[in-house]
Amino acid sequence: MTKLLLEHILRFILLILAQVFLFKNMGYYNVVVPFPYIMAIMLLPVRIPKVPLFLIAFLTGLTIDAFYDTLGVHAAACVTLAWVRIIFINLTIQDDDHDSISPGINQMSFRWFLIYAFILSFFHHLTLYLLESFSLNNIFSILTSVLFSCIFTTILIILFELIFYRRKKR
Amino acid sequence: MRNLWIFINRYSTFFLFILFFGGSVILVIRNNTYQRANAINSSSQIIGSIYQRIDYFTGYLKLNETNLALARENAALRALLKNSNYDNKVISSIARDSTQQPEYSYIQARVINNSINQKNNYITVNRGSRHGIKKGMGVISSRGVVGIVLNVSENFSTIQSLLHSDTKISASLAKSQAFGSLIWGPQSYDPTKVLLRDIPNHVKVEKNEQVITSGFSLFPPGIVIGTVLETGLSSGSSFLDISVLLNNDFSTLRYVYIIIDRYAEEKEALEAQNIEND
Repeated sequence: MTKLLLEHILRFILLILAQVFLFKNMGYYNVVVPFPYIMAIMLLPVRIPKVPLFLIAFLTGLTIDAFYDTLGVHAAACVTLAWVRIIFINLTIQDDDHDSISPGINQMSFRWFLIYAFILSFFHHLTLYLLESFSLNNIFSILTSVLFSCIFTTILIILFELIFYRRKKR
Repeated sequence: MRNLWIFINRYSTFFLFILFFGGSVILVIRNNTYQRANAINSSSQIIGSIYQRIDYFTGYLKLNETNLALARENAALRALLKNSNYDNKVISSIARDSTQQPEYSYIQARVINNSINQKNNYITVNRGSRHGIKKGMGVISSRGVVGIVLNVSENFSTIQSLLHSDTKISASLAKSQAFGSLIWGPQSYDPTKVLLRDIPNHVKVEKNEQVITSGFSLFPPGIVIGTVLETGLSSGSSFLDISVLLNNDFSTLRYVYIIIDRYAEEKEALEAQNIEND
């Protein structure tokens, strides 16, 4: 249990650091920007209670916001992600086997994780970009950015997950 | 209360989401200048469009006030126009005659107010006492008699138009030289017609005969007033009532001449003695 908690905390810190020092500088102008730090919320245990989940998501967002100087934008996006995560998990996982585990590739199927990562990052990015632009004037360019960023983030998350998965198998 | 608690508990995810999301959005709007400006702007846009709709309807109710305000503004703007400046230039021309002392001189004036549809019509012109206008002077235009100066201020004069129920001018028929008095009304207040009264029954009046000023009153003799329209309108006595079609079109009156009679005062004083003698 302690080991699991440590793993989560370590992953959280690593992902935040990677986001603010590496991925912040990556991206194709403002069209394709990856936000793989959302893995920290995605990989929380399946049956984590709602209140801690929302709190963690909110704090994660606030941490990123502190580095991005956009107070509240990432927090809102992460809260949306948490909400979508709860709905998605409620819809797709009925049995109690997965209760205490993380929703990762090695625990779930690859297909499930791909859809999970894509949908969650899509809602996260949608909220993020909408709040960032704060208008519906150029909705098509926003949607384009959302879609491409989402694809990029999903690829990165899958890659990370594959790396973690292989390490664990070793 | 219990039901409410069950309801909140059932949708706790959604309420938690709303709570955190709302908190985040408040943070966004309060701490980011761009989003704050945008939020205020968009809300003011929505409110603005509502106000616009309301204003569209209330605008009708306030049309009267708006019209008044616009009219006032128009008046103020018109006051700035060049042609609203008072034309202080006087061109007075004096009828010269080598054998006679000039008696009449004329001052041109522009009509600045006119009416023809009242029972008593008045004309205002832009000449007043500083130009030598006095009460009781005759006024003509290029096409005939206009009226008599009624009141004079420093810069303006009002003229009792020929189309006034109290105006009475001495007029005569061009051929017979029979004179009568010219009045307007009282049977018809047509701005194109006047009535020539007190022409003796024995005078032969022809249709389209010219009616001119007699020279007995304020006007120089021979100024055209109009033409005879109907004859033989008898008032039941030994005098004829003649309907006269005016030569002057009062509705399009623009420039008039005010007649200054040099001997008017002398004449009046003399005639006043007649009354005293009676």
